[in-house]
Amino acid sequence: MSRVLLLTHRELRAAFRSPVGSVVVAAMLLIEGILFYWAALSQKLLSAEVLEQFFYHSSGVTMVAAVALSMRLLAEERQTGTLVLLNTSPISSHEVVLGKFLAASAIVAGATLLSLYMPALIFVNGKVSLGHIAVGAFGLVLLGAATTAIGLFASTLAKSQVVAALLGAAITVGMILMWILAKSTEPPLNEFFGAIALHHENFRPFMNGTLNLGAATYYVAVTYFFLLAATKTLEARRWR
Amino acid sequence: MIEISDLYKYYGDYRAVGPLTVTIERGQVVGLLGLNGAGKTTTLRILACDLLPTSGQVRIDGTDVVDDPERIRAKVGYLPETPPLYGEMTVREYLRFVAQLRGVSTKEVTKRVSEILGLTELEGVGDTIISTLSHGFRQRVGIAQSIVHRPALVVLDEPISGLDPVQIVEMRRLIRSLSGEHTVLISSHILSEISETCDRILVIRDGQIAASGTEAELSAQLHGGLSIELTVGRPEGVDLAALSARLRAVTHVERVEPLPPRESGNNVTTLRLTMAEDVRQAVVSCVTNLGCSLLELARAQRELENVFLQLSEARTVPSETASPNTSNTEATS
Repeated sequence: MSRVLLLTHRELRAAFRSPVGSVVVAAMLLIEGILFYWAALSQKLLSAEVLEQFFYHSSGVTMVAAVALSMRLLAEERQTGTLVLLNTSPISSHEVVLGKFLAASAIVAGATLLSLYMPALIFVNGKVSLGHIAVGAFGLVLLGAATTAIGLFASTLAKSQVVAALLGAAITVGMILMWILAKSTEPPLNEFFGAIALHHENFRPFMNGTLNLGAATYYVAVTYFFLLAATKTLEARRWR
Repeated sequence: MIEISDLYKYYGDYRAVGPLTVTIERGQVVGLLGLNGAGKTTTLRILACDLLPTSGQVRIDGTDVVDDPERIRAKVGYLPETPPLYGEMTVREYLRFVAQLRGVSTKEVTKRVSEILGLTELEGVGDTIISTLSHGFRQRVGIAQSIVHRPALVVLDEPISGLDPVQIVEMRRLIRSLSGEHTVLISSHILSEISETCDRILVIRDGQIAASGTEAELSAQLHGGLSIELTVGRPEGVDLAALSARLRAVTHVERVEPLPPRESGNNVTTLRLTMAEDVRQAVVSCVTNLGCSLLELARAQRELENVFLQLSEARTVPSETASPNTSNTEATS
């Protein structure tokens, strides 16, 4: 087993042996369920609109869950003193970051897949395309991965999990709010801010069921950027 | 095996270690003895590739720790002061994880973990969750993780601290059993651990080696000889002054001092003898010729303690007043 998968395996086991993993997944499904009932089932909407509402609310819950899961990834190791085990083992910093990222992303993606019973319920009284559901779910997985990478980066900076969560949330909210800057600035700045906003323009195509390559590339780029930043931070702090 | 030359480590303006030059042979158990803040942990962290030296050279088996840290990390096992344990794992799972992390192949890992559980006497708790273990067992799991990948060098930072007397005896036996196959470097500020476990002692003071050698060599370095404690039962007619005078007359006995008697009873006397050379046989003959009964003869209990204090105290005050950079608390241990 490669060291990356070894670390992923340990992280997944740790997340579900402690209440963290189960509580986050359960809370995610519960809140998404309540929002789905409140926003979609309690009013008269077209089937496609119900689905859009579902993806819109789920995206918010996914971002919160990703920050909650990723805050502990390295801050907890630093807090409990186990980071020294990784630091003094022949494993590179990018393997550590990748192993931990894969574990947290897998939990977020797994919870997203579990939540898809809700859009499936639309088939009882309406009709939506499976493609729309698949594209929306893909968007949620990409958004979850990008937010997990942000949270992981924050976790490499902070000594405590609370600080890591606050920092991760601040970066995430800051990136979401770029769309406000986009609205209040003149061209070409408005296009730039719109393009780098974490949610608004980049997530809307997925909500509508459009597989937009530019938006997908954006989320992959954000993920890569923050994983790289996390690796460099870990490397700088590891061996000084 | 380990060659350290002109090593320095600074935290800001504070010199935690340096200049430090020492060579350690393969298969030895070497103790790093010093007061808190002397630079023991910093030195060990540099050897474990957890800390970058400011200057100087550290080579393990010919490989420089700065040039090729990955290679060094694969051949060093490190137990920090607080064992790095994942509380939610069982002992067996944890050791499997560490072994694979440090390059033990999947095929070999089950066998190796079983061997280590046996060697560290952890078979009984192999399937126990680590967070439920006592301090002694956790410390032992810490040692197990440091040797699971058969490292050439095992670095143990204060492995005996906080253990009860029975656990201390077991831990000493375990550390002794590692010599030969592994080179072991342990740090401590507890004298008995060092004197009874190590082949060689390095006394570290103010980031520098203050003295090096076996317990007897260190003692000889300071006292210029051997110090023993003698408890005898005197017959009627032999008083303390006469006994002391006769012992002082033995060749190479330099000093005879009375101590509080180690045993109760009439005419029982305990004396400390300082000798330029080992003349214990002559001392015993002298005692028996006087008609005294020899109740106990032992190397002076406080001898190493005195050696340690004298070697460590010389420059303790300046090093304490030069306050370390508090932004990095690890620097002070």
